[in-house]
Amino acid sequence: MSNEAEDVLRIRTPIGVEYAWSAGTRSSAYLNGLLEGKLLGKRCPSCSRVYFPPRNGNCPMCGVLLGDDDVEVGPNGTVTTFCVVNVPFLGQKITPPYVAATILLDGADIGMQHLLQEVDAADVRMGMRVEPVWAPRDNWGPTMENITHFRPSGEPDVDYSDYAGQL
Amino acid sequence: MSIAGLVREAADRALADAGMTMDDIDAVVIGKAPDMLEGVMMPELWLAEALAAAGKPVFRVHTAGSVGGSTAIVAAQHVMSGVHKRVLTVAFEKQSDGNAMWALSVPVPFGMPVHAGAGGYFAPHVRAYIRRSEAPGYIGAMVAVKDRTNACANPFAHLHEPDWTLEAAMESPMLWDPIRFVETCPSSDGAAALVIAAEDVADSLPGPKAWIRATAMRSEPTMFAGRNQVNPQAGQDCAADLWRKAGIADPRREVDVAEIYVPFSWFEPMWLENLGFAGRNEGWRLVEDGVTDLRGGSLPINPSGGVLSSNPIGASGMIRFGEAAMQVMGTAGEHQVDGARTAVGHAYGGGSQFFAMWVVGAEKP
Amino acid sequence: MREVAVVSTAHSAVAATTETPIETLIPVIDAALVAAGLERRQVDFWCHGSCDYLVGQPFSFVSAVDALGAWPPIVESHVEMDGAWALYEAWLKIQTGEADTAVIFGNGKSSVANMFRVMALQLDPYVEAPLGPDQIALAGLQARVALDAGVITERDMAEVAARSRRDAVGNPAALVSGEVSVDDLLAGDKVRDPLRHHDIPVMGDGVTAVVIAADDAARSLTARPAWIRAIDHRIDAQRIGGRDLIGVPSAVAAAARCGLGAGRIDVAEIHAPFTHEELLVTRALGLDAGATRINPSGGALVSNVLMAAGLARIARAAESILDGSADRVLGHATQGPCLQQNLVCVMEGACWVPCVVPSSVSARPTTRVAGQTCPSPVWCGRLPIGRLRMRA
Repeated sequence: MSNEAEDVLRIRTPIGVEYAWSAGTRSSAYLNGLLEGKLLGKRCPSCSRVYFPPRNGNCPMCGVLLGDDDVEVGPNGTVTTFCVVNVPFLGQKITPPYVAATILLDGADIGMQHLLQEVDAADVRMGMRVEPVWAPRDNWGPTMENITHFRPSGEPDVDYSDYAGQL
Repeated sequence: MSIAGLVREAADRALADAGMTMDDIDAVVIGKAPDMLEGVMMPELWLAEALAAAGKPVFRVHTAGSVGGSTAIVAAQHVMSGVHKRVLTVAFEKQSDGNAMWALSVPVPFGMPVHAGAGGYFAPHVRAYIRRSEAPGYIGAMVAVKDRTNACANPFAHLHEPDWTLEAAMESPMLWDPIRFVETCPSSDGAAALVIAAEDVADSLPGPKAWIRATAMRSEPTMFAGRNQVNPQAGQDCAADLWRKAGIADPRREVDVAEIYVPFSWFEPMWLENLGFAGRNEGWRLVEDGVTDLRGGSLPINPSGGVLSSNPIGASGMIRFGEAAMQVMGTAGEHQVDGARTAVGHAYGGGSQFFAMWVVGAEKP
Repeated sequence: MREVAVVSTAHSAVAATTETPIETLIPVIDAALVAAGLERRQVDFWCHGSCDYLVGQPFSFVSAVDALGAWPPIVESHVEMDGAWALYEAWLKIQTGEADTAVIFGNGKSSVANMFRVMALQLDPYVEAPLGPDQIALAGLQARVALDAGVITERDMAEVAARSRRDAVGNPAALVSGEVSVDDLLAGDKVRDPLRHHDIPVMGDGVTAVVIAADDAARSLTARPAWIRAIDHRIDAQRIGGRDLIGVPSAVAAAARCGLGAGRIDVAEIHAPFTHEELLVTRALGLDAGATRINPSGGALVSNVLMAAGLARIARAAESILDGSADRVLGHATQGPCLQQNLVCVMEGACWVPCVVPSSVSARPTTRVAGQTCPSPVWCGRLPIGRLRMRA
């Protein structure tokens, strides 16, 4: 082998695969609700807890499919915990720094992740009450991104003991 | 080095340590975290040749971040079942061949794309722990300095950074507030391998060995209403099962050293509580009191430097299990805990929902 | 060794679905448990086979834990392999004595992407994967080698397809079925020479679940458990140009370890997504197609649910024991390009263990004798005479 050629230490082999995911029967109801500005969860027929979003369509504790009836939740909720994201990475959709909050919507039994804005990161608190800010209706699609972010609602903070069971 | 080279190097070292060659091995058990980290689907199929495993059973485990630990346990079960006598188990990850932050944050179309890798996922849990336990803010930095210092005594550690002080660590930038840069594991390339043999085979080998006293695994769902994400029930149940099987009544006194899976420094106090080494909300006190220090601590945690100093994800759990074994074999070199007779290896994965643990001892149980 | 048996099975329909994998999974797990008469809480161990690349998402298997009602937490494991290997792990787990019952499932959703393309991502990332072959092209290479060596003919391959489609009539899980002439099939176009459409599997979405149990637990759960007499798996080196594509040495080795040469096999369910693969595996396993019914379910050719199809073969074979239509059967699973890795599972209806008759009947251990009914009215009294076999 010639000494003049540089050793190949790394090769790039781009290979693309396209996937088309299905939302599933129960998440479809949730996504259709978002088209109408509604936050629709589903109730577990076994333990009665309300899941929003209804994720894979089942109650993970009971291992049963969620019921068919929609349960409207929110729109306001409580920040149970949060993280200030300062780190940029490939494929990131939101420019850091930003606050990713776990929000327990009123009427739901499980928190969901969303963006928290219109508040300085240093002022975000566990227990803070928040409300959704919707994108202009013309831009709505079947997506949680219809809510651009949550912001403080001005309601008094919720006592730690009232949401400690959610952490 | 290629993935194949990395895996083969670890396998060769383990075989040499056991005084065996691949001809002696009955079966190979391979573990790694998501295939998308390197972009090769089910890579064990391709790696069988590099491991000289053609003609043998090759088995692939994937249980998220706990996989290195579960792979060791599945390998042990190949022997405990009486089906095989000598099993080689290998776990690896080569993060430099892909982009883990991307692979762990693939946007799911049904939620908001606020996820920011593992740090973004676990930071809220850390915040909840700090709130719940009223731990001082410097505990995470203390663990980080300890682990980074310990890593300097481990030639296989990824990071060798001897100069960290508590003051410097507290100044380290916040990546995923409340998690600082220094409190975060690196992205590493690495592989680990163990040879697990039946009792009669082990008795015939001249070198030191680590006797597997007990193994345990538990899983729970990722998200459910009212889930305790700080002190998950699956981890508590797994530890209780482990202590029961090993006949350990008081882990804090009976265990000499533990290698536990701490990718973000705050998980050391969290897991000390989850494992039953400390009472609820008391884990951080062991850190503050120096109990978990390599030198002078009565329960050294992660003398190898831990995940915080090297994180080849799929291998990280097996490194914990292997380091625990090295401690009771007395072969841990400069990070050896004097007189270690009983050691714990621990791994967790997913959203703190998959747990794998073992207890190894210097004496045959 | 403990005696371990398949006690129940369940499958989903396999057509492309817009359900989530979990929505598909839950009813199948429930059905398998109901058939076994087990509650979820009574399951000692769960093991799952699936693959992230089928879903396009890392940790895709994690959501399956949600389907299990894993609260309180459960003892559970996952293999990035066909569910047949999950069954192997569960069998090992029971052998350690740490479990008596286990639920195994494999699932895959082939409709979300071009799976023939995805499956080729199993190739080595330096040389073969960048060339971009698909799974059909790789299979075609193997078929070509076997054809040119005179080991199989294109007519043999078409006959496999015709028989599979005929056998699939009445199988609700089949995606293609019906009477078709071999000559008509051979008149079809070649998709990847030498493979025609009928040589290539129809891909499906779905789940197969299997419940296994040890010893008395198995006897108490079903009248006629499918006792796993031997199970073994082996791998070949992957490189397509560097191994014996015709002989399938890993299948030969697994069959030898299972003692397949001795005794008749009534039914063999062979995991062969491509027609030539069935012929090569039948040959490697040393099966006599005259004495053994091959793939009476129609096989993976008529419904290939990735990561479940191998487990489904074991399940289908076990079903012919459970329903009393066969005494000794074989389930085979494969994965990796061109039959790289092979698993063989031999199951029998007859119970070999010396039977301990319940104390209410007699305190003495009793060995069953061929030609007699089991003396225990509790365990095996319902078994037909002549199906019992005495342990040597």
